[in-house]
Amino acid sequence: MFLAKLLFKNAFRHKLRTALTVLGVAVAVLAFGLLRTVVSAWYSGVEASSASRLVTRNAISLVFMLPASYREKIRQIEGVKTVSWGNWFGGIYIDEKNFFPNFAVDPKTYLELYPEYLLSLEEKTAFLHDRKGCMVGRLTARKYGWKQGDTVTLKGTIFPGNWEFVVDGIYRGRDRGTDESQFFFHWEYLNESMKKTAPERAEQIGFFILGIKNPDRAAEVAAAVDRSFKNSISETITETEKAFQMGFVSMTEAIVIAVQLVSFVVIIIIMAVVANTMAMSVRERTGEYVVFKTLGFGSYHLAGLIFGESFVICLTGCAVGILGTFPAAKAFGDAMSTFLPVFFVSPRTVYLDVLASVAVATIAALIPAFRVMHIGIAQGLRKVV
Amino acid sequence: MSVPPPLVKIRDVSKSYRRGSQILPVLQHIVLDIAEGAFLALMGPSGSGKTTLLNLIAGIDRADSGSITVGDVDIMSLSETDLAAWRSSSIGFIFQFYNLIPVLNARENVELPLLLTGLSRKERREHAETALQVVNLADRMDHYPSELSGGQQQRVAIARAVVTDPLMLVADEPTGDLDRASAKDILDLMCRLNTELGKTIIMVTHDPRAAERAHIIRDLDKGVLNDVSGQTPL
Repeated sequence: MFLAKLLFKNAFRHKLRTALTVLGVAVAVLAFGLLRTVVSAWYSGVEASSASRLVTRNAISLVFMLPASYREKIRQIEGVKTVSWGNWFGGIYIDEKNFFPNFAVDPKTYLELYPEYLLSLEEKTAFLHDRKGCMVGRLTARKYGWKQGDTVTLKGTIFPGNWEFVVDGIYRGRDRGTDESQFFFHWEYLNESMKKTAPERAEQIGFFILGIKNPDRAAEVAAAVDRSFKNSISETITETEKAFQMGFVSMTEAIVIAVQLVSFVVIIIIMAVVANTMAMSVRERTGEYVVFKTLGFGSYHLAGLIFGESFVICLTGCAVGILGTFPAAKAFGDAMSTFLPVFFVSPRTVYLDVLASVAVATIAALIPAFRVMHIGIAQGLRKVV
Repeated sequence: MSVPPPLVKIRDVSKSYRRGSQILPVLQHIVLDIAEGAFLALMGPSGSGKTTLLNLIAGIDRADSGSITVGDVDIMSLSETDLAAWRSSSIGFIFQFYNLIPVLNARENVELPLLLTGLSRKERREHAETALQVVNLADRMDHYPSELSGGQQQRVAIARAVVTDPLMLVADEPTGDLDRASAKDILDLMCRLNTELGKTIIMVTHDPRAAERAHIIRDLDKGVLNDVSGQTPL
């Protein structure tokens, strides 16, 4: 208690300097937390993927389609439980800036494979039975003010024309990391329209989602699928959903690495600031530490006082920074919801904030503590006098 | 009647400092005995080595050669850790500039050395309050050093020095920063500690008036201890 009081009194002896340092740590922790959250958001698709789902696509590129007839062949492969399929639609709502991911899928199998998209029974029934129906994530629905029963028109880019949909359901995520910005409608609706307007593009599928019986046999099943279409007109690549999602992330990996680097640079900068504060404080108080030594306090007692003071400053700043991260992340996430639909401060980010602050406190106190531990009493007392 | 063994026994102690490539001898072949309960004043011009000798006796500096025994302890053979533990239990320090911790009040400053003992918080408090009563500062316990006069600060420092009931008190120019009246109060207090509580005191001073209050005065000149001019024989 006595020592804790001494630590706090020492830490806040030079109020302005300490306040500025605490503010610096708080801003650094906030920035670090936000940047880590951006990185987490980037990987949210990977994190949300399931080990029991595989994705099959054209071996050349995702932009090339696969014949719809592959469905039956895939279904017959040993280890495959459910087959769903879909196409990236790429529709625009009013203006290009209103971006949200939209897919034509097979609703029944898709919802079977994605139990994390939660709809009420009424909404689900309506969606399954309405060929022009769609289900929208609540983030997108809230953003554009859509309600159940509303008609929404998307302008097709890959599939030209104005496409009308009825909002049958607004889904919410079962997990915090579930993307609530997506828009799904019936693949049959797209296919039927294609048959009429561009028959050569009908019966074409962008990707298959495979529900497998045993996730431990994922590699085996994926190989079997790809083997089935070997030397066909459209060879396939089948991979786990995680690997598929990672493929997207790795396209922008340089950005993610840059963000991660900046987050560490922020910590290094604040480390220098705190180290400077600690060095100044300890230098000013060298005489007092020598008196402590004279009274019989050992070097490790003094190191404890210096490290303790550094921890008081850094953890106070860390607490302020973490408290500030939540509203800042909310505001940032709202502003960036189009690009980063899953944006929340995870417990891991908070742990990293604390870990970074502990590291800063420890490293900042190292040199001052070492100096005080090794100063001779007689030499120190001469400085005091 | 047998003469009791000295509390402090210094034999052939030498000490030098290095300045660049130059070696400056500070103390040369010092031999000194200090009896238990003595009040010794060390005098001498600046640079004569009196503070160095005091530091050696108090275990805050190391001699180059010779031996220093305090009680039964050969302090030159102790490790740094053991020496720190010995200092905390055996030596009370009084400095010229008091050296109180500014963020602690008088009671907390006095309590500081007791943190190294196994006393409970309540016991520490009681000991500190008793020590402050001894130095007549019971009414200033909650005052911070900046709220006390120089003389009062030095009395707090003396309370801090005696609170662990050490074997001896070492004082380096304890009146050097005080006006005449305050200096007299401090010297009176030190004399009381010596006569009433039997504390052995070793005091370094420039001030002949302060030195007069001691039982023995030893003079150091260029690192050599001159003969005794004592009022009370050892």
